[in-house]
Amino acid sequence: MEVAIVKYNAGNICSVMNALERCGVTPILTDDFEVLQRADRVIFPGQGQAHTTMTYLKEHKLDKLIKDLRQPVLGICIGMQLMCRHSEEDNTDCLGIFDVDVVKFRPTLPEDKVPQMGWNELTPLSSPLDVGASYEGGKNEVNPLLEGLGENPFVYYIHSYYVPLCPYTIGVTDYVQPYSGALHKDNFYAVQFHPEKSGSVGERILKNFLAI
Amino acid sequence: MLAKRIIPCLDIKDGQTVKGVNFVGLRSAGDPIELGKAYSEQGADELVYLDITASHEGRKTFTELVGRIAKEINIPFTVGGGINELSDVDRLLNAGADKVSINSAAIRNPGLIDEIAQHFGSQVCVVAIDAKQTAQGWRCFLNGGRLETERDLFQWAKEANERGAGEILFTSMDHDGVKEGFANEALATLASTLSIPVIASGGAGAKEHFRDAFTVGHADAALAASVFHFGEISIKELKAYLRKENITIR
Repeated sequence: MEVAIVKYNAGNICSVMNALERCGVTPILTDDFEVLQRADRVIFPGQGQAHTTMTYLKEHKLDKLIKDLRQPVLGICIGMQLMCRHSEEDNTDCLGIFDVDVVKFRPTLPEDKVPQMGWNELTPLSSPLDVGASYEGGKNEVNPLLEGLGENPFVYYIHSYYVPLCPYTIGVTDYVQPYSGALHKDNFYAVQFHPEKSGSVGERILKNFLAI
Repeated sequence: MLAKRIIPCLDIKDGQTVKGVNFVGLRSAGDPIELGKAYSEQGADELVYLDITASHEGRKTFTELVGRIAKEINIPFTVGGGINELSDVDRLLNAGADKVSINSAAIRNPGLIDEIAQHFGSQVCVVAIDAKQTAQGWRCFLNGGRLETERDLFQWAKEANERGAGEILFTSMDHDGVKEGFANEALATLASTLSIPVIASGGAGAKEHFRDAFTVGHADAALAASVFHFGEISIKELKAYLRKENITIR
């Protein structure tokens, strides 16, 4: 299986590469259009800032390329946020794959610190949320990306901006308020947490993605 | 809810763990990767690797080790020791560390915190503070606790926060090694005045001490070394205990 990782100006890519190698695949880090288009899976990872990463993607015409991909694509952290319509971070227009806007945490309690940093619980949904229908998982089944995670799975998060609950939400986490830990629409999957740093739960999610 | 974190700390010299590590069921307790993996399997939420080698050769060995840790370990890890400038941070993050911890260098050159935050983001910058109660209040110490400074713990922690630190790792030198609990009062003051997470360090001797660091000290994470290394407390049992005490634990 050929797994391509989108090469752009975001940090923390080598942890994703290491994690995939632990799953038994050797990914290719590339911004080559042909390689990205023909790969069996594409991963769009990274830590970074919405405006600078989006500007880079546009300059390199990677924005249109990513939107047009037909194989399973997994966005991670900033990758997930860039796949949404707009980010409050520097008022940035993003790729618009998921028709939802990224907003900043506004804590009301002093113990809720921003960024959220650490392990939080991810609840995979087994039925659509009451936020506008179009849930694509099976009835009473969790989305294949989040299958088999065991009881009360915790995943590792570092972020200041989040995706509110929306019709694409397949997993929910609660911090300040419930929000989208994971999204799915057609061939596009996305997670706000870092599966590459989320222990055995994260490893299962990456393996699930490779098996989709 | 965000879970409270349990963090074992490993001291590394010339690529090997130091202190008599007596870890049950481990073939080579001196192997930092095997030990890190064992902790991770027990349920450690993060790992801290501290390079206590001073030589240039040792630095190189440590960087290579960081690269191997990043390949093998699937939870976040912080590295510290001998980080004096931005290029050290760059080298260790490039090798695959998730965060770096700076201590004496930050007090000598506070601007280093701003630089790290601007270049790599606040989330990678852990500011470690060693402090001790004196007649003048809590004072910060340098060089592994050998050199007293004029800096007040709470003022320095606040300044580090404002300069862009992502977390404060506070070690109470009064409590370290005594095994009678963490410095909960000072921790609570830090927690209420800072906008970033606080890691409690120094004083762990029993499971109750971890509970108190979270409930009384309001710490976000607790770090310990010898109680884990010598198998006095197993992370698995500790987490089961904390869960029973209604603390959110992974």
